[in-house]
Amino acid sequence: MIRRTILTGAAAAALFAGSLGAASAQDTLLLGAAAPQTGPLAGGATVTHWPAVRLWVQQTNAAGGLQVGDQQMTIELVEYDDQTNPQQAIQAAQRMATQDEVDFMVAPYSTGLNLAAAPIFAQLGYPMITGTAVTDQQPALAAQFPNMFFVLGRTSVMAQDTAQLLVDMRERGELGDRVALVNVADAFGIEMAGISKAILEENGFEIVYETSYPLGTQDLAPVIDGARAAEADAFIAWSYPGDTFALTDQAIVQNFAPQVFFTAVATAFPAYQERFGDQIEGVLGMGGVNADDPAFQEFAQAHMEMAGQAPDYWASAATYAALEILGQAIEGAGTTDRAEVLAYLQDRSHEYETILGPVNFNENNDNERYWTVGQWQDGVFRGVASQGRDGVAEVEAFDGWN
Amino acid sequence: MTAREIRNFLIAAGLLALCALLPVYGSPYWLTMGTTMAMFAVLATSWALFSGPTHYISLATAAFFGVGTFVTGLGFQALPFWALPLIAAGIGAVLAALVGLVTLRLSGVYFVIFTLGMAEMVRQVVTWVQNQTGHRGMYVLTSITEREIYWMLLGLGALVYLLGWLIGRSRLGFALRIIGNDETVAKHSGIDTALAKVALFMVPGAVAAATGAMLAPRYIYIEPATAFAPLLSFQVVIMALLGGTGRLWGPVAGVIPFTLLWEVITRQAPNQTLLLLGLAFLLIVYVLPGGFVGLWDRLRRRYGGHG
Repeated sequence: MIRRTILTGAAAAALFAGSLGAASAQDTLLLGAAAPQTGPLAGGATVTHWPAVRLWVQQTNAAGGLQVGDQQMTIELVEYDDQTNPQQAIQAAQRMATQDEVDFMVAPYSTGLNLAAAPIFAQLGYPMITGTAVTDQQPALAAQFPNMFFVLGRTSVMAQDTAQLLVDMRERGELGDRVALVNVADAFGIEMAGISKAILEENGFEIVYETSYPLGTQDLAPVIDGARAAEADAFIAWSYPGDTFALTDQAIVQNFAPQVFFTAVATAFPAYQERFGDQIEGVLGMGGVNADDPAFQEFAQAHMEMAGQAPDYWASAATYAALEILGQAIEGAGTTDRAEVLAYLQDRSHEYETILGPVNFNENNDNERYWTVGQWQDGVFRGVASQGRDGVAEVEAFDGWN
Repeated sequence: MTAREIRNFLIAAGLLALCALLPVYGSPYWLTMGTTMAMFAVLATSWALFSGPTHYISLATAAFFGVGTFVTGLGFQALPFWALPLIAAGIGAVLAALVGLVTLRLSGVYFVIFTLGMAEMVRQVVTWVQNQTGHRGMYVLTSITEREIYWMLLGLGALVYLLGWLIGRSRLGFALRIIGNDETVAKHSGIDTALAKVALFMVPGAVAAATGAMLAPRYIYIEPATAFAPLLSFQVVIMALLGGTGRLWGPVAGVIPFTLLWEVITRQAPNQTLLLLGLAFLLIVYVLPGGFVGLWDRLRRRYGGHG
């Protein structure tokens, strides 16, 4: 949705005229953002993406804007809906760059939409710092799109860390050998299940139950039933939001309480806690944050006040951090010239202060310090495994749905 | 060829040249819009080749399109890029023939429902195969630019027009018009109706698969959920019907205004794009049963146009 006031009747004319009129003053920086407001991913984007983007703009402006050279610039946000459609994501990026003439753009939401928009960002010379794309292709992507930066981390490492967590727990005598491994039948689920299975088998775990289900499956009772019948000590599900909720729901209904209960995406969502309350104490999930860090707590508080909902304990902070990085790069370069800001970002010696802690990029434009596994502890989703992050909490054994 | 046909050919060639030069005189924004329009023009025109004369509404475009993107996703590293749309077209045609053999003996609503379900079915099969083989997400990283995709689509569009023109003059085209008017009469006249329908259904199948193969480098990340999005099938149907299927140029007359309108609505009221789809459909049913083509013919008759 575009936030500037335009006469609806003039819309068509404006389209052809190739300009939206509203002249931007010198001291305003236009920031374009296109992400799902409708379509399959609208739910996730409304939790994770949009509030974080709006909050950063609001807070930056409240603090007087960005200090660009000797100029103080406030930020004006131009929003579009990409309808969770790669075609529309491409068009929206093109439109923001050439029609609205925005100075910078926020990277879209989700891996697929980020990759669809990447060539347009690259071609038009916009820095693209993504907080919601998780992939293993950083080297290839960075080679093709040198303007693309990754904050959230690598998928394979997340699968490795999850498996490693089980290995460590068993060593401490907190976990048996029997693992149930399930996944949503989708590129993400298949890949993650494959990686974690290899590591678990290598370490002498026994995969006693293994299955997959199509994306969008409503009834997951048979999956929980199967895992319970196989007497699994650990339950690992590489799941998407809908199935994360459905699997948890069924586990509670059937009182399936293994020593480890892990669901992947959306376990870190505030809605997960709202739905299941205290019962989820000890549940493991993908992502995590340093929930005891004052910087994160301040962010969560402001998020709550502005959006009326808590941030998720994973990608919300990464999305916000991606904008902090962009802001600091603009201030560091001291100009709104995109080529110079990009050069600043590509200088690997620069480090950025974010709510995730310090971030810098390696030769693959990749942030090497990120959270991989989290656990619900005392009503907060704490990071229990990470790559190079401070404040990793001790993982606790799951003691049932209480 | 008659003088009129030569004139039409020259006009078509001129328009095609004008379109082909868009990257030269148009801004990048219009190139992006142009690519979207070219995609829909190809899909809607090929759709109308079959659904126009036979009145069988096919909702299988997304299925063929998705298959095409997967052909590129699987093959772009091993094969030269020019081969991929050809392979995709071949697979699309075979798939269409199989579907046609099963469903085109049925009439009306059975066919519609089956084609709608087909995109979902193919998506589930692809997902299942990925799951069995432990296949990972597909990244189509190539050096192909939007400009090249646009030209490829234009080339495909020209082919579709040529094919449409040839079919219109052929015995097959004549047979299909009879089937569309009255299938029983067609049967009694000795036309193998099933064969004729299957043969023509292969055209939109092949074209949509080739289009998907050409567009895969634009999406970069190929996943079943977006490659087989059912919305595409509906957009193609609405655009083709809005333009009108009575003439070869009809669908394009629907694609261009619809795409522009969709863009305006996306800018101004992003949540209302589906409403536009519904309103366009109502407009077709109540006001423009023959699409813009029907309107054009009616106006010409009323105001004495000829030729």
